[in-house]
Amino acid sequence: MANTAEFRTCPDTGLLFHKPAETLMKLNAVAGIVFLLVGGVIGLLMILTRWPTVHLLQADMFYMLLTAHGVGVLIFWIIFFEIAVLYFASSTLLRSRLATPRWAWLGFALMVIGSITTMVAIFQGRSSVMMTSYVPMSAEPHFYLGLILFAVGALIGCFVFLGTLVIARAERTYGEGSIPLVTFGALTACIIAIFTIASGAIILIPTFLWKIGIINYIDPLMYRIIWWGMGHSSQQINVSAHIAVWYLIAGVVFGAKPLSEKVSRMAFLLYILFLQLASAHHLLGDPGLSSEWKIFNTSYAMYLAVLASMIHGLTVPGSIEAAQRKRGFNKGLFEWLRKAPWGNPTFSGMFLSLIIFGFLGGITGVVMGTEQLNLIMHNTLYVPGHFHATVVGGTTLAFMALTYWLVPVLFQRDVVLPGLAKWQPYLFGFGMIGFTLFMMGAGTLGVPRRHWDISFANALFQYQYPEVAYLMLGLMAISGILAIVGGGLFVLQIVASVLVGRRRGEVKSAIPIIAEPVAAGVHGIGIGGISVPGTLVLALVFLTTFILYYFVNWKYLSQVWGLA
Amino acid sequence: MSSLLPPAERIWWKEPIESVELFWVAIALVWAIVMFIMMPYWHVYGKQNLSNEAYRTSTELYGKKVQAMVDQYTVRKETARDMPVVHPPAGADVYLLGRLWEWYPILELEKDKTYRLHLSSMDWQHGFSLQPENINVQVIPGYEMVIKITPNKSGEYTIVCNEYCGIGHHAMTGRIYVK
Repeated sequence: MANTAEFRTCPDTGLLFHKPAETLMKLNAVAGIVFLLVGGVIGLLMILTRWPTVHLLQADMFYMLLTAHGVGVLIFWIIFFEIAVLYFASSTLLRSRLATPRWAWLGFALMVIGSITTMVAIFQGRSSVMMTSYVPMSAEPHFYLGLILFAVGALIGCFVFLGTLVIARAERTYGEGSIPLVTFGALTACIIAIFTIASGAIILIPTFLWKIGIINYIDPLMYRIIWWGMGHSSQQINVSAHIAVWYLIAGVVFGAKPLSEKVSRMAFLLYILFLQLASAHHLLGDPGLSSEWKIFNTSYAMYLAVLASMIHGLTVPGSIEAAQRKRGFNKGLFEWLRKAPWGNPTFSGMFLSLIIFGFLGGITGVVMGTEQLNLIMHNTLYVPGHFHATVVGGTTLAFMALTYWLVPVLFQRDVVLPGLAKWQPYLFGFGMIGFTLFMMGAGTLGVPRRHWDISFANALFQYQYPEVAYLMLGLMAISGILAIVGGGLFVLQIVASVLVGRRRGEVKSAIPIIAEPVAAGVHGIGIGGISVPGTLVLALVFLTTFILYYFVNWKYLSQVWGLA
Repeated sequence: MSSLLPPAERIWWKEPIESVELFWVAIALVWAIVMFIMMPYWHVYGKQNLSNEAYRTSTELYGKKVQAMVDQYTVRKETARDMPVVHPPAGADVYLLGRLWEWYPILELEKDKTYRLHLSSMDWQHGFSLQPENINVQVIPGYEMVIKITPNKSGEYTIVCNEYCGIGHHAMTGRIYVK
């Protein structure tokens, strides 16, 4: 056992923090939020440029900043924060010392150096290649080098996490049984992260060597296949991590326990087994890959992962419903939900994240990942509409919700202006709902993504998108601005809380910030033998929406030119 | 025990599964299978599928094929750039290329006739996005994709580039007429 002086017990939650791990969690979370701020500000500029009425930036600036936006938030914000989550789920939840803090520091340093290097490359203006950097278009060498360094740093973080699991097991810090479900989810994220980083290394290292003249050719199709092994898998890290966070918040706010450990853990396992190849759905419109390959990879791989997400979509709210019912909110279908703490940003953020990820991000992802349906969506604004619903409405909002809880627990400060915090998730969440819906709406009308001027002012051939597409873009922009205000509020509030929030003492506060775990079992709750009827109704509403929307898109497809 | 703590039952994998969960897993699985079946089903009964026909090519070779077609079937020239308008016979191989920053040449097709449309890029990756139909495929240098197309409505169509290809990307458009 490590020196006990290196540990701190949180007076409110009883969680045991290993001080070196605590410092690293704080630093990773702060670095992440810095990139969230940068990405958010650029996001505002993107919105104001793609809003045809405003059309703020010049083309070169737009493409440069769009590259910075994608890399800054989709990679740097998310992964910095995820490293913090990994350390929390291992060291803190398992009450263990962190493995090799020095290596963890090295990993963090590499991530900082790498992220700054790539951002500098982008802002120098000659690496406006978008996050995907499809060859044969090329960026400056340090664009790739920064990403490689960042990936190595993140990989070290993953191994520190795994090492911590080994130490905790060997030192019996959490008893004799299995690791908690939240840690299990984090482990899933970590395993996928290792696969992701390996794919990234396999493609970015040769691309770097190609750029500096050592390799003379990178096949563009091969690049796409392997790059998406990183590009999409990295989003699966997010999914696993934010679902672990949903379970964490359900546990923290309600003392919820999973309906059954087996089902929730199996669902995480499905992610590991089936998500990686799902990146094939980025290649459905590519030449040289057969339909058999596309169908196999997009269904076998993706649908079992989709199944996993649908399971979590039931078990997370189901665990909340069961906990609420056991606390006495057992009337009717939805008393448990009505009496939930909607003014607590940790809960409201988490629940909105669940809804947005499922209804907007999940359904649209599956539809777009259908071999033929992809034809009417590929590379339109539908694509960023979809992934803003998953990564911003889903992952980012879940992480924001968690952060509101972490400020008192990890940073030992009170959140400043708690009245504002009540509104933040709604502003951000509903802003994102509008933003993603209108963006996808414009996409179904054919408006392209990553495009500076859909009025084609200087083009040889003119095309006028329907008026309703312009309306959609305007509404998208207004909703997006709401979300940006919500995001800005979050950053300001967290930074202010961490810097000047009232310090919490070493005594337990009057208002509990973690719920007592509820008793096991689901006996005596629910209606007519169904323990979580409200959740089941919500799940069936979801399934109905899914089925209707899926077949509506086949209908759209059937009307376009014959293709064979 | 909550999700933050180790499972209460050490042998958790032997706990019974909640019946709601079993029910949901079963219908979700059925739905996943339906979605899987839709794709092969559409290959057999649907009219909008990508072919599996594609070839490795080079920019020189593909450029020559495009030029040969232009030489054979040009009917007139349009625009300030004097771009040829090509009117190939029904069933013909039609070659379209994407390059920084244009689609070449202009195609003139007939309604309800089928053509073998070849697509490739001369330089970077491009995105073939036919508006207002909204048909979108990826165009990759070194690969020649063949799609059998059957225009089912007459009119003037625009090809937009929807894969980012540098500073002129947003001005990269092309034209297909369907008579």
